[in-house]
This record gives sequence, C-alpha cells and structure tokens, in this order.
Amino acid sequence: MTDRTAPDDNLIEVRDLHFLYDSRTILDGVDLTIPRGRVTAIMGPSGSGKTTLLRLFAGQLRPTRGSVRIDGREISRLDRAELFVERRRMGVLFQSGALFTDLSVYENVAFPLRVHTALSEAMIRDLVLMKLEAVGLRGARDLMPAALSGGMARRVALARAIILDPQLILYDEPFSGQDPISVGVLSELIQRLNRALNLTSVIISHNVGETAEIADYLYVITKGKIAGHGPTKVLLDSEDAQIRQFMRGLPDGPVPFHYPAPDFPSDLGLGATSC
Amino acid sequence: MLNRIAKLGSGGINTLGSLGRAGILWGMALWSPPDWRNGPRLLAQQLYSVGVLSLLIVVVSGLFVGMVLALQGYNVLVRFGAVEALGQGVSLTLVRELGPVMAALLFAGRAGSALTAEIGLMKATEQLAALEMIGIDPLRRIVRPRLWAGILSMPLLAQLFNVVAIWGSVLIGVDWLGIDAGAYWGNMQDTLKFREDIVNGLIKSVVFGALVTWIAVYQGYDAVPTAEGISRATTRTVVYASLAVLGMDFVLTALMFGVY
Repeated sequence: MTDRTAPDDNLIEVRDLHFLYDSRTILDGVDLTIPRGRVTAIMGPSGSGKTTLLRLFAGQLRPTRGSVRIDGREISRLDRAELFVERRRMGVLFQSGALFTDLSVYENVAFPLRVHTALSEAMIRDLVLMKLEAVGLRGARDLMPAALSGGMARRVALARAIILDPQLILYDEPFSGQDPISVGVLSELIQRLNRALNLTSVIISHNVGETAEIADYLYVITKGKIAGHGPTKVLLDSEDAQIRQFMRGLPDGPVPFHYPAPDFPSDLGLGATSC
Repeated sequence: MLNRIAKLGSGGINTLGSLGRAGILWGMALWSPPDWRNGPRLLAQQLYSVGVLSLLIVVVSGLFVGMVLALQGYNVLVRFGAVEALGQGVSLTLVRELGPVMAALLFAGRAGSALTAEIGLMKATEQLAALEMIGIDPLRRIVRPRLWAGILSMPLLAQLFNVVAIWGSVLIGVDWLGIDAGAYWGNMQDTLKFREDIVNGLIKSVVFGALVTWIAVYQGYDAVPTAEGISRATTRTVVYASLAVLGMDFVLTALMFGVY
C-alpha cells in the first residue's frame, strides 16, 4: 500500500500491524514505511493510536499481529537483551522530556555515554558540550531539571537522545504545551539535526501547523487505521472527510462534537411523558 | 449471582497475575548477571537512602520501646520479687521478636513507602521508559540495587534497634529503678543464646528486609502512573508489607521456636 521507496531506502517498515489492549482494538491493520534520512510525521487526533505506534517501534509493546521491521530487523522477535542493544541506535524524545530528576543537565546528557562507553572524562565532557551547544543550552549545563522550563527540558532531552549518534529519532508530541518561541526552536532543531546528523526522524503529533511545516511526508491515523498519507499539500487538499476534519481542525465530522448520548429532550424529561 | 462469581474469578486472576509479575520482577532483578562497573556505586547510594536515612526513626523508636518494656516488665516482676529477671525478659523479647518485627514495620513505613513513591514517580515522569530507550534495563539499574540494599540494611537496622532498646531498658531498669547492674547484665548474658536467639533474629530480619523491599519496589513498578495511582501504591506498600511481616513472623517463629 505504502511502499514509495526502494526497500533499502526504508528504515522502518510496518505491515498489517494490529494491537489490542484489554481486548480493545488500538491499531487495526496499519501499513506504513519510513524512509531513511527524512522527517516523517504520524498525525492524528487524541486516542487514535499514535503513541502506541511509537511504543511498538521502540519495542516497548509487542504487536498482537503483524510486523515492525527497523533496518531489516523484526523488532517483536528480539529478546530483552537484543532489544536493549537495538535501542542504543534509536533516540526517543518523550513528551515530558523524561530527564532524570536527580542528575544535572550535564549529567543527564552524559548518562548514556557513561553507561555504554569507556570514554575518558575529557572526551565525555567534549561530546556533552557539543550536543548542549547544538541545542543552545551549553550555558545551562549545571542546572537541575527542576530549574528548566518545559521547552528547555525538551531541548536537554533532545541532546541526551542524540548523544550516542542514533540512526533514528522518535519524537512524541514535541510541540504540545509549548509557547511559540519553544515551538520555533524545537522545529528548527528537528530539521537541523536531521540534516546535520543524517538522522531519520519520526514525529508523532497532533499539532498540524508546526508538524506539517517541517515534515517531508505525513501519515494521518484515525481510529487505529491509516486514513491517508502523502506530502503536506496533498493532505491539506484531501476531500476525505476524516483527513479534512483533522487537517483543518473542524469541530464536527467523523469525530463528532457530541459524545454519544440519549436523545436530549428525553434526557431533560420533555418527551412523551408530559402530562 | 453469575456476576459475583465472575467478579470473584476476575479478582483471583488479577491477584495471581500480580503475584506472577512480582515473581518475575524479583527473578529478573536479582538473578541477572551482576554489573561490576556501576553496581557497587548504585548499591552504596541505595544503602544510604534506604538504610542510613532510616536510622533516626529506628534508633529513636528503639530507645522508647526499650524504656517502655523495662517499665512494664518491672511493674509485673516486682510483684513476684524477681526484678533481676528484667534484663533477660527484655533482651529475649527484643532479640527474638520485637527487634526484627518493629524495625521491619518502621522500615516499611519509612523506606518502603519512599521506594514505592520514588519508582512510581519515575514511571509517571517516563524516566523508566527513558532508561529503557537509552538501552538500560531498569530492573538492573533501578530495582536490583534497591532490593539488595533492603536485604542488607534490614538486619543491621534490627540489630541497632535491639542495642538501643536494651540501652533504653538499662536506663530505666538500672539507672532509674535501681536494679543491680550486675544481675541485670548477668541474667541477660546467661539467657541469650547466640545460635538460637541472635542468629534466628538475624534470619528473621533478612527475610523481612527482602519481603518489605520486594513489595515496595513491585508496587512502585506496577503503579498506575498518576497521582492517585502512586498514592494508592504507597498505601498498599505499607499495608501489605506490615501484614506480610507479621504473618511471616508467625511462620518463622513456629519454625524456629515451635514445639517439636
């Protein structure tokens, strides 16, 4: 359905992916392809299964059925130890930043290096300062996470996510809850780092404007299915009701304004029972 | 009726599932290959926060428990003219039972609840997920040092509780109520047996330490990652750990000192 590049050019290939949670269907036959070196966005309304998809990419969840291949490896078949090795080649920017609250900014960014490498302290210092400089927070190295604003915390988390030079970086709602300046900074960083480090970036988001602006290709997911995909302009002009409602932020449509409820007059006691 | 049976069955399945997950957590955290590079440092940090920071409550409680035991014991023994037996009564009560049990209950309230809240908050703020994504197993990095710290700290805390409580009982019995110091200490030394009393008390406190820490880390790890979920998990830790300690104390006492 969605093979738009030669297989070798694809970093992630998802085929017929199903995921059930407590017998509730979260993902229902998802197919998608993420090409190397590009910024791909997976968008959709809240509860559509976007974050579940990200957690399946990261191997934090196992699919009920179907396949998730990253760089040719089937993620669901890796055992726990193999998965931890594989994850060193991915970075994830969590929605909350997920900084370790007992470590300073510097130590947060240095943490993966200290655990996974035997580099000298001088080398660790150079690498950490380079990454902090890239996100504009070299001067904040001694601050504790509690002293950072939400946007700064995400930038530190981004520096930590790229410290091991991963091939793939997954962004979970990078713009939500951010002021316009932070949104601008994060958008710029995502694009710049993707180019400079030759990364493959996947953005999971429901912020249409900011995400569509920086993504090379978009997938729209609704109710656990891919509703459509293509470049931003194609999706903005789409006549599909689900895509139209989401991309244009329409208050009513396939996702109704009213939560399912009994008939309003009868709920108010104004039905046939009046006497 | 059918609904009630279904509810009962669902509750049973959930409990068994929870026990299974707790068992897997225990096995994976304790029996995975040791991390010689970071392990000792992480263990030292946890020995401090789980053990050293529990010292104050254990020492102060021990002092008062010893003083109360001495007062109550004296009031009973004085009727029979046997106040010299106070030392042996207090020490046997403390070393065999009250030391390990009281220290474990205090440990559950102080360190157990802190462990659950800490791990639960790490889960809620996605720090555990971030560790996994950095390629670090949280069971080895977070859970294992805390489990070992609990298992190692508890016997030391229980012995400190005993020492301070005995000292408190001496303050009341000997210094205040005027029991002869020689008789007090002599009776204590004659009665206490190293193998039967001290070692059994130590075994109890190791078991209680493992039990309380296991419950605490599991409740944190399995907590619903919301403010309410963490609050419930912390409460469960104190309740379950206290009941488990008291229940296990009966089992161990029956095995160690029961009629056979």
